[in-house]
Amino acid sequence: MTKESVLRIALVLPDLLGTYGDRGNALVLAKRSSWRGTPAEIVTVLSSSEAVPDSCDIYLVGGGEDVAQHAAVRFLRDGGLRRATQAGAPVLGICGGLQVLGTGFRTGDGSYHEGLGLIDVVTEPGASRAIGEVVTESSVDGIGVLTGFENHLGRSRIAEGVQPLGQVVHGIGNGYDAVEGAVSGHVVCTYLHGPVLARNPVLADTMLEWAVGRPLEPLPEIDEIEELRAERTNRIKFRSRHPNAQRSQ
Amino acid sequence: MNQARNHESTSTVEESVTEQRWRVVAPPPSEIRRPPRKDPRTTLAVGAGRLAATLSQRLGAGSGAIIGGRVALLLQPRALRRLTRGRRVVMVTGTNGKTTTTHMIVEALRERGGTVSNATGANMLDGHVAALMTRPRAPYAALEVDELHLARVTEEFEPAVIVLLNLSRDQLDRVGEIRSVEERLRRALRRAPGAHVIANADDPNIVSVAVDHPRVTWVAGGNRWKHDALNCPRCGTFLDGADEWRCVCGLVRPPADLTVDAEGVTGPDGWYRSLELALPGQVNRLNATFALAAALVLGGDPDTALRRIRDIDQANGRYGTVSLGGRIVRLLLAKNPASWLEMLDLVSAHRHPLILVVNSREADGFDVSWLWDIDFECLDGREVVVAGDRARDLAVRLRYAEVSCEVAGSVEDALTRLPGECPDVLANYTAFRDLSAKSAAP
Ligand SMILES: [Zn+2]
Repeated sequence: MTKESVLRIALVLPDLLGTYGDRGNALVLAKRSSWRGTPAEIVTVLSSSEAVPDSCDIYLVGGGEDVAQHAAVRFLRDGGLRRATQAGAPVLGICGGLQVLGTGFRTGDGSYHEGLGLIDVVTEPGASRAIGEVVTESSVDGIGVLTGFENHLGRSRIAEGVQPLGQVVHGIGNGYDAVEGAVSGHVVCTYLHGPVLARNPVLADTMLEWAVGRPLEPLPEIDEIEELRAERTNRIKFRSRHPNAQRSQ
Repeated sequence: MNQARNHESTSTVEESVTEQRWRVVAPPPSEIRRPPRKDPRTTLAVGAGRLAATLSQRLGAGSGAIIGGRVALLLQPRALRRLTRGRRVVMVTGTNGKTTTTHMIVEALRERGGTVSNATGANMLDGHVAALMTRPRAPYAALEVDELHLARVTEEFEPAVIVLLNLSRDQLDRVGEIRSVEERLRRALRRAPGAHVIANADDPNIVSVAVDHPRVTWVAGGNRWKHDALNCPRCGTFLDGADEWRCVCGLVRPPADLTVDAEGVTGPDGWYRSLELALPGQVNRLNATFALAAALVLGGDPDTALRRIRDIDQANGRYGTVSLGGRIVRLLLAKNPASWLEMLDLVSAHRHPLILVVNSREADGFDVSWLWDIDFECLDGREVVVAGDRARDLAVRLRYAEVSCEVAGSVEDALTRLPGECPDVLANYTAFRDLSAKSAAP
């Protein structure tokens, strides 16, 4: 945290990586911080800027198209994001962001691109796109059930020593070993949109706690969010009991 | 105004619009090997299609027209090619405004003889065949076409006019990313070198689609939604959303032939017409200018066309005031971030209560993450009720926008919570369609 006690949230390259409402994650973090009395500032880092500042408290990397991901890796290779990550700042990579932060990814045209290597994950294209609602049971302490929507071709294999974000209850996830996402230190990667922090406030608060380095007062429960979570996870339970029902939606 | 093109002549706008960058283009190969005029297979297919449509309507099995088109296509896979022969066809595509603009073009051409149209919004090949079958002798056709299906259309025949409105994110799990849609439209235009293209000069994605085509009329009226054109569609360089954008790779905002603002439409050489529409919003002024350009390209008289367009007060239910559950409401279609932006602009002109309805059925797309691309913060202090399949997603989005709202089980339920002034209902695609079907004339 900066000394002025303003939480600075870096929204990294939303012009390249902002296809699926990823700005929403920044908004959720900002509000949950300011509702606790710490004002927040969203620092938007566009591809026209000189560099990524290393002084932000949290970094968000969204998803984009193949070409955009490749351009994002070039832009981010030696900069503030790497330094901040090494210094322990929490980083959230969504969908394409997971691939950008990982060791490497193969795009639809068959070419292999190195990622930033901030987390040991390798992505290959799958046979078809994974599209639909996802429910996972998080293996990270205290996070619990995660809900989101996935839409990706890539299948991601995590290295030994990297923890998955959750065990898949419904959906595809990484496409290996029935797990979804990846966690290493304070780097969290996931295929879940929704946006993921809007649907999963506990994950948002965990990242905020990492950013400020201390436990936070819990916010009063927000009924709308609890109802949304119940709705999204209940329909999955219904579908699991009726295996012939259409998935997705 | 377009100084860059430096018109010295005293030509009228009609001539400028139709003659600019004119060149003789060889007809496409399909036109050279002309099949016999009377084609028994098509006649049979159309007959069977009509029969199927009538039967389906009598049995109450939904929209009979589409089924008729499907049957005709099954019996004659080349039905679209055959049915468009000898007509001047305007194809209208883009993410937003297709239905309204198509309707405007039909009205603008009313004086020039019959125009068929797929007014029900059935905008794929079966819908086109169904529309064309209804009046095989009408000299004009104005057809809206799904962005992903224009390439299939230009495989079948070369339209006289192709209108390219705009491109923005919409139904990401179906349509996919803008890049691939843009490439597909570019491919569609390569197959139609003799068509006259009318394209949006302010939308970099549309400019990329149309710029290599030999005959383009550029229309400008601003571009509110910029998030899908922040980077150059050709090379990815950041464009910063400026109005007069120019990319290092050479892609540049073309000088406009027709520009529309809050007062009127300006063309080359001081050509000017004031524009007053019954339909609200700058977005419809732009749609009207596209329709005017299409009428001019087809030899229409601008004043007649504008008079017709001006009087339109709703298009397939859009913007219409209707009676719903015993109340008078205005129905507005808002199906993706760009159209939500336009509709939120519209409703900012008053303080009436609002009902927001979002579904996520197949035709809407299952992923509603795009709700977070919309600045609902502008609704602060308004009376808002949310409904639809995804009412809870909307409620959470509004909570983070610090806009208070109530969640209703249905729009009828929402109406009972808003006993005061007549509310505006903003609904996405299937929600709008269902409400439209349930509503009655006021
Ligand atoms: Zn460029």
